Amino acid sequence: MNRKTLFNLSLLSALVVSNLSYAADSKLVMEVDIPRFNVAEYHKPYVAIWLEDSKRKATQLELWYDLDMKDNEGEKWLKDIRQWWRRVGRKAEQPFDGVTSATKGPGTHKVSMALNSKQFANLPAGEYQLRIEASREVGGKEVINIPLTWPPKATNFPLTALGKTELGKINIVLVND
Amino acid sequence: MNISTSLKTLLSITMVMSLSFSANAHRAWILPSTTNLSGDAPWVSFDAAVSNSLFIPEHVPLRMKGLVIQDPTGKNIDAENPHTGKFKTTFDLNLVTPGTYRIGYASGGLRATWKDENGKRKMWPARGKTAKDGEFATAVPKEADALLVAQSFRRLETFVTSGEPTENTFKPTNSGLELIPVTHPNDLFAGETAKFKFLFEGLPAANAKLSIVAGNMRYRNQQNQLDLVTDADGFVNITWPEAGMYLLEAEFEDDKAIAPATVRKGSYGATFEVLPE
Repeated sequence: MNRKTLFNLSLLSALVVSNLSYAADSKLVMEVDIPRFNVAEYHKPYVAIWLEDSKRKATQLELWYDLDMKDNEGEKWLKDIRQWWRRVGRKAEQPFDGVTSATKGPGTHKVSMALNSKQFANLPAGEYQLRIEASREVGGKEVINIPLTWPPKATNFPLTALGKTELGKINIVLVND
Repeated sequence: MNISTSLKTLLSITMVMSLSFSANAHRAWILPSTTNLSGDAPWVSFDAAVSNSLFIPEHVPLRMKGLVIQDPTGKNIDAENPHTGKFKTTFDLNLVTPGTYRIGYASGGLRATWKDENGKRKMWPARGKTAKDGEFATAVPKEADALLVAQSFRRLETFVTSGEPTENTFKPTNSGLELIPVTHPNDLFAGETAKFKFLFEGLPAANAKLSIVAGNMRYRNQQNQLDLVTDADGFVNITWPEAGMYLLEAEFEDDKAIAPATVRKGSYGATFEVLPE
């Protein structure tokens, strides 16, 4: 067997595997830039990241909110992540275990999502919108939509988008270590 | 015919407004501070008033008497911190149970207008008075110039939702003019089309006339009223031009009345919040 055949075979097996299950170390790594605001009263934004299929069926990926406040007071403002609240939040089982973290301040935040994770493992193939929504108290709101084909193909990456107000650069790479 | 006591207060206020509210710009409304809520047992504050300008209280308050609040299970619950001032009534609601709440007034009964022998316009019940159907025979002449006796129904409401919207509070009562949501009234977005069905006395209300006006009227020169009519099955589609609080008013009339009435009339009003997409 020459090298080329071997290469083709490994490519083929990789394709087959990607349709059944993902290698333990395959992941989407997303960088989300939160801009700095020179304002007297700054609150870190609430951020939700989710996938929507063509029928708007949603898969929750990330939720950053004030989860450590007394009496779950931070949940009071979840409705202000308005699109997420409509599509995902208000229907979701609460508390939002497993996908939540504290709010994040200005800077670039890296989110790593394994393809064999609960959210991705059973995701049907198809066209999706990756939606990233930020809502800041006494600030603005912004939603970014990035088209995404599932299962992810290396040639489609990186995916990038640039927010205008409450979000900065979004950069998503597929890592197949 | 029995008059629901819950609506008497509203009736007396609509009497102040005038018998035919379409001829008068005064509008009755219940305005929630917000309509979609998250978190544990959130609170909403409401204003209730009659005014020309939406949603500016500048005429008279609606009263707490007759206000009915249904929680998502259909159980009646009480408002908290009620206060009636010069121009508006305010109250709070603690949304302990997740789901959709209905907040409103509903009433109905006989009404009459006529002219006396001197050509003077009369009405029963008189302005500010509550109709008692038992008094009809003595209060209203058997024959009079321009005598019009109506079975008249009025409903005014709004909806708020904690968490996921539910539909238990939309069950028709089959009394007067009612809105039956196809699109959930707490899931309205600018640029999208909402579909509602209207029933009168439990049957599809064809040709009901709707007027829909956004709030913040004081800050624009035109009312920008949407005028719509329900189809033969009582359905109407509303495309919301922009985000905001809206008052929807609907009127229905037919001649299928029970004597001594010759017409049946239903009016409906509801406040809806339309969110930006």
